[in-house]
Amino acid sequence: MHQFLQQVFSGLAAGAVYASLALALVMIYRATDLVNFAQGEMAMFSTYIAWTLVNAGLPFWGAFLITLAVSFVGGMAVERIVIRPVENAPILTAVVVTIGLLLIFNSLAGWIYSYTLQEFPSPFPDRTLFGALMTTRDLGVIAVTLMMLVALFCFFRFTATGLAMRAAAQNPESARLCGIPVGWMLAVGWGFAAAIGAVAGIMVAPVLFLDPNMMSGVLLYAFTGALLGGITSPIGAVIGGLIVGVTENLVGTYLIASQLKLTVALILIIIVLVFRPNGLFGTAVVRRV
Amino acid sequence: MAAILELRAVKAFYGQSEVLHGIDLAVEEGGMTVLLGANGAGKTTTLRAICGMVRSEGQILFAGRRLERCTTEQIAGFGVAHVPEGRGTFIGLTVEENLRIGAYAATGRPHDNMQLMYGYFPILAQRRRQQAGALSGGEQQMLAIARALMMSPRLLVLDEPSFGLAPRVVEAIFGIVERIRREQHVSVLLVEQNASLALAMADRAYLLETGYVVTSGSAKALADDPQIRRSYLGY
Repeated sequence: MHQFLQQVFSGLAAGAVYASLALALVMIYRATDLVNFAQGEMAMFSTYIAWTLVNAGLPFWGAFLITLAVSFVGGMAVERIVIRPVENAPILTAVVVTIGLLLIFNSLAGWIYSYTLQEFPSPFPDRTLFGALMTTRDLGVIAVTLMMLVALFCFFRFTATGLAMRAAAQNPESARLCGIPVGWMLAVGWGFAAAIGAVAGIMVAPVLFLDPNMMSGVLLYAFTGALLGGITSPIGAVIGGLIVGVTENLVGTYLIASQLKLTVALILIIIVLVFRPNGLFGTAVVRRV
Repeated sequence: MAAILELRAVKAFYGQSEVLHGIDLAVEEGGMTVLLGANGAGKTTTLRAICGMVRSEGQILFAGRRLERCTTEQIAGFGVAHVPEGRGTFIGLTVEENLRIGAYAATGRPHDNMQLMYGYFPILAQRRRQQAGALSGGEQQMLAIARALMMSPRLLVLDEPSFGLAPRVVEAIFGIVERIRREQHVSVLLVEQNASLALAMADRAYLLETGYVVTSGSAKALADDPQIRRSYLGY
């Protein structure tokens, strides 16, 4: 029983990271109907920025905040420069562009920082809590993720800009008629997604070690979480991400070798697509033709 | 009276094909102009051209300003509130959030405007916390008009507000629009299929056919025109 609970908690910590990245995916999907395959690599690149800042002698949380700001601006720039020109192109064109971005960020990171593994500092002391049930690291990751989610929720719920972003995602034409600059709202959405991804990257890097391919597995779990929660639902993405984290950990501990854990994500994707294509919280999209 | 909105030889295009072939049209300051015509005559396209949603040529003047090169969101910021075909409701958001979105471009205090709108449309006050998608068609139309008025516009553009609604509901909504026009000094440009109701309220009227203005004049003159009576009023 003790081991089981241990695995659940460490699964929740991993799940919090998946949930963050899943949320980033959902935000962009809701605004532009586009799955951003580069989300993981953008997060990886942000993590390298944080790593550089920490190595330059900045305190961890200072580097953390600067990285979020830089990622936000970078995400906006990606939308303005790369995504904007294919805004009205067929969806597959945009998807290919995000795959291109994935390769660019990956190669760029390899070129600048090399492909060797780097150790990434953890901001949380390495201790166990509650009779070795969980570690302070896990608790720290979960707490940071929760704070970020609450902040995001308040932003979208209570601010005029947050409301305008929701309006722009839901009905762009009508939003324009209300005077909302929809193009900029999309850019801000990309900025937020990039910053959320940065949090995910920084939280997971102490566990996985930093290298340009660090996020490929995480992105797959995040996809699974987003799909499980329903790709249109932010709450669903968070819950889906947590479920995936816990499932992956439990299955890896009790059922299969942990080297095969990634398979769990693929099996979950298939199960969701076959039995519940809209996910747990998603809404069916009905298109009139 | 001076015109708040004036179109001079306006052409509009969908892709390469020209759908408006040089339209002249005016809305008087504080007045109500109605645009009549069969389906496909170019009524909605005219409204979309005004708000920069289709490519257009010619001159579109609003309160002394040229609109042709402006973006839709800029035009809204100038004080043109457009309730589009299909109402443009943000169905996943609450009634109150829909109204707050309407106030995005407004400079005044949204709260005062919201109370004003709840005064005109008491049913919206009752449903303020509900999802807008759960409202009935008539309530959604009221919400759409209230949302547009939240920006304290100088011109209200309405695209077939009667569409799909019961006659009694239509009359109620038109009554409120008429009251708002008088009390808030908003000019109105209306596209409407219900010609008799529209002509009774408006001061100017234009009849569009396949992208041309074929008849224009005072609403009363058009209502008395035997040809229009036969084709559009049915008596």
